[in-house]
Amino acid sequence: MRRFSWFNATSLTLGFAFLYLPMIILIIYSFNSSRLVTVWAGFSTQWYGALLQNESFLDAAWVTVQVAVASSTIATVLGTMGAYVLVRGGRFMGRTVFSGMIYAPLVMPEVITGLSLLLLFIGIGLDRGIFTIVLAHTTFSMCFVSVVVSSRLVSFDKSLEEAALDLGCTPFDAFRLVTLPIIAPAVISGWLLAFTLSLDDLVIASFTAGPSATTLPIRIFSAVRLGVSPEINALSTIMIAIVTIGVITASIITKRNSLAQQRDEQAAARTA
Amino acid sequence: MAQTVFAPWDDPQAKPLIQFRNVTKRFGEFTAIENLTQDIYEREFFSLLGPSGCGKTTLMRMLAGFENVTEGQILIAGQDMANVPPNKRAVNMMFQSYALFPHLSVWENIAFGLKREGKPKAEIDARVDEMLRLTRLVKFAKRKPHQISGGQRQRVALARSLAKAPKLLLLDEPLGALDKKLRQDTQFELMDIQEKTGTTFVIVTHDQEEAMTVSSRVAVMDEGRIIQVATPAQIYEAPNCVYVADFIGEVNIIDGVATSDGDGYRIAWAEGQEPFFAKTPNSFSEGQRCHIAIRPEKVAISAERPDDMANAVEGQIIDIAYLGNISTYHVKLTNGQMIKAQAANTRRLSRRSFTWEDRVWLSWTDTAAVVLES
Repeated sequence: MRRFSWFNATSLTLGFAFLYLPMIILIIYSFNSSRLVTVWAGFSTQWYGALLQNESFLDAAWVTVQVAVASSTIATVLGTMGAYVLVRGGRFMGRTVFSGMIYAPLVMPEVITGLSLLLLFIGIGLDRGIFTIVLAHTTFSMCFVSVVVSSRLVSFDKSLEEAALDLGCTPFDAFRLVTLPIIAPAVISGWLLAFTLSLDDLVIASFTAGPSATTLPIRIFSAVRLGVSPEINALSTIMIAIVTIGVITASIITKRNSLAQQRDEQAAARTA
Repeated sequence: MAQTVFAPWDDPQAKPLIQFRNVTKRFGEFTAIENLTQDIYEREFFSLLGPSGCGKTTLMRMLAGFENVTEGQILIAGQDMANVPPNKRAVNMMFQSYALFPHLSVWENIAFGLKREGKPKAEIDARVDEMLRLTRLVKFAKRKPHQISGGQRQRVALARSLAKAPKLLLLDEPLGALDKKLRQDTQFELMDIQEKTGTTFVIVTHDQEEAMTVSSRVAVMDEGRIIQVATPAQIYEAPNCVYVADFIGEVNIIDGVATSDGDGYRIAWAEGQEPFFAKTPNSFSEGQRCHIAIRPEKVAISAERPDDMANAVEGQIIDIAYLGNISTYHVKLTNGQMIKAQAANTRRLSRRSFTWEDRVWLSWTDTAAVVLES
């Protein structure tokens, strides 16, 4: 057994405090009964109730979910297609340039992406609203999807596709029946990544949003400028809870699957 | 009673199933296959044997349709395959990695190709069951590929590629991933299945023992060319060059100069030594340089000079490799040449006749060796 070490215990505490203290304070104050954010006046869930009455927050939340679902779905389709071509397309003229170009938006400052999209939308006379936010989010999140999916495709045994062709599949059938089911976990995590990115994006959304559509981050940001209200603490706590549950569920499922696979493989080895 | 020997390649009337006509394949600057012409007949078990990078896998991938031919033609059953994609060929392939679909069960893997043909369900069920029985996998039908052992996976891959009853089955190093014991059992199983189904098998392997065991004919390849095509026995007993002799099994190569003598040749191989005598169908001019290739098991080892052998030479035992059933003696001749001789260990070890540093006589008959051009 390893001996207890004061040094390790201290670094662990400090590290986690650094990461989670702000969030813990936010959660605690969301249950504060006082309107003043920094003064504790007793436990209450009244701000959660108030939140449900706040039409503008609920509208913004609904817009955000719509934008996130639409943009991450489109980004997943486009990003997967891009990744497939770049990994499987073989050598063609300018392949390096193309793969560089797909990854460039990852490091592009968001302000620039947002500004250029705004200029484009104004240039072609597109009214800003929910549609333009979806377009903008698709643009920057498809790169992330493409990175996730292509890293899976690189390790994908190409002979599986060849086997499908050999057994009579058209190239499209081979993709649909063999490649896609096997890379599905990467595609799903690409979708989740795009979804999260879209959920919490503030910069690009504020460039491309119009008066008809405001996302939750924009709403929160503008509310905070007028002073932090406990309602926002409550809203943030709900978002943290959703994300936490999502992450824990996903990791439990992954863990179970890998355990089951290990067990099966050991069983197969024994009966061999 | 005369037995009919399976040898369609000797029958000028036989129509080949596969014809390679002056096939060349280049990858950029690199020539993988160079001007290759070869026929393969129906029901053959044809091996492509060679070191890695000799072009054997490229040849197979061109048959399957995964690679295009740069020059020349490949015909299968008389039809030019140039513009036929893999999914339209009556050819199936068993991949080296098996390429089993991990998300499908054994049953679904085998049914995959049949479903693509749009066959009625009852027919698919019957065919898959037949394949499961043929490969003894009935018990594992519902398992996923990661839930079965390596040997079972190999059989699933075989069943899947045979399910569509292809005219031609390509096997890419099919037994490479199995351990030695399982590999030997599976070799016989493969031959059995090939006979039962009457399918033409083309197999790629770098394992010469495997090629010898399973094949009707073996093609030894090197650097994009087929060096020799013959039955396993012919390849072993009558290799057409030093490369083939050396690649298949163990061989002693002695360099010399040929002089015609009666129905054979005298081959001078060292100063002051009696020349060796060998009968050979190959013809050599006077004084032509040549190689004597002789298998270790055809070299007899004895304490005294034997009287009845055409060739005898004295040497000293340098090393003995004891393999249980046989021993290989490494014998050094007076000119420094090392010769390997094999003898069956019919007696127990303690009563063995020779030991290290003994002076012995090596001998062989006039037909034991093959004489090859330089």
